[in-house]
Amino acid sequence: MAELFEANNFLFLMGGFKVTLEIGFFSIIFSVLLGTMIGIARYLKIPVLAHIAGIYVDVVRNIPCLLCVLIARFMTPLPPTMSGILAMSVFTGAIMAEIVRGGINSVSKGQFEAALSQGFSRWQIVYHIILPQAYRNVIPPMVSQFTTVIKDSSFVWAVGTEELTGRSMILIGRYSDTSHLFAIMGCVALIYFILNYSLSLLARWEHKRLAAKSY
Amino acid sequence: MDVNNPFALYKWQALFDARELFIDGLTTTLEVTVGALVLSILLGIVFGIAGVFPNRVIRALNRVYVEFFQNTPLVIQVIFIYNALPHIHIVMPVLLIGIIGVGVYTGAYMAEAVRGGIMSVSKGQLEAAMSQGFNYWQAMWYIILPQTKKVMLPAMANQAINLVKNTSVLAMIAGGDLMYQADSWSGSNMYYGPAYFTAGVSYWIICFLLSKYINKLEKKAEV
Repeated sequence: MAELFEANNFLFLMGGFKVTLEIGFFSIIFSVLLGTMIGIARYLKIPVLAHIAGIYVDVVRNIPCLLCVLIARFMTPLPPTMSGILAMSVFTGAIMAEIVRGGINSVSKGQFEAALSQGFSRWQIVYHIILPQAYRNVIPPMVSQFTTVIKDSSFVWAVGTEELTGRSMILIGRYSDTSHLFAIMGCVALIYFILNYSLSLLARWEHKRLAAKSY
Repeated sequence: MDVNNPFALYKWQALFDARELFIDGLTTTLEVTVGALVLSILLGIVFGIAGVFPNRVIRALNRVYVEFFQNTPLVIQVIFIYNALPHIHIVMPVLLIGIIGVGVYTGAYMAEAVRGGIMSVSKGQLEAAMSQGFNYWQAMWYIILPQTKKVMLPAMANQAINLVKNTSVLAMIAGGDLMYQADSWSGSNMYYGPAYFTAGVSYWIICFLLSKYINKLEKKAEV
């Protein structure tokens, strides 16, 4: 067992963890941006764009993450990590779009009309009035989606991208002992758990803080 | 040239010739979906009630189950069942691994949906029912749970769709499901276009029909 807990193996796993974080971080940023843009396009009923966005959401929400991963890896010329980010962003973007839409819908319609009567332009209303309130309402589902992104990033191991799950599988391949296998899988599960659990604690705390601030 | 076109006609022809493979995969996916859906709903109801149970230890059980399965990847869980459990002499066919893996994972989300549904019903209802001579379980079953449907169904619908999509995790343990067949078939001949398209359309149709069905249930619950 002792030979398992050495610096090399630790660094090897951490290398994978870095890729997981990279894919997670960029996919979260891109999918929130994409989801917000789609949310706005559909809210303002921008012609053509709103329709295309609607089709995108309906299609991507109903296909598996793994399919996005395979398509991004084998049908685009992108390198492994980038294709992982593309797949996760496209897949999660559709879900974010629905979350943002829910948030926007929860803002009462009167706000838009009131702002319009005060001389705000449509874009100003969206930026200054609608989005800040919408985001506040969707923090819990959005952050729970963040944890899903980090969990689902393990799907990219299917195309051989060496993120945390992939690295742990490689490590397991080097040791045949039962106790080694359980130790490695336990460690990896713990790493994911700590990361995701802190994220959800953060979300709960932020939600409480904002709830206390609102009137 | 034809070779560079990912959707060239002859690639579709090849896919048609290999249709048995895809139908096999689709069957497996459907079997896992139905099995896992039933398991996840059962677990969801049991652990959902546990989440509002008067006893603190049982409530803690709900938290442990939900937090563990919601915060670790399905891929790790399924690989654990597939790779690690045989070391302690628990060997299961892949179909069963799929049903248990995906079912237990989604069960955690279903439990949260059920718990949220129960908490949306006012506490007075339980007290009123119990004052009328119902015991806890009767009150839960006849009074509380029927009222949770409206809150619970949309959340459960979402999770059911996720479940369908997540059955593709089987492809990572050579589970013979639709995604596995599409991946391995196209991996051997590089005809990615038709294979992924067919798989995508199949998953889309399953999800679409499932959400239509749940919509109908929701409408019925509202009446």
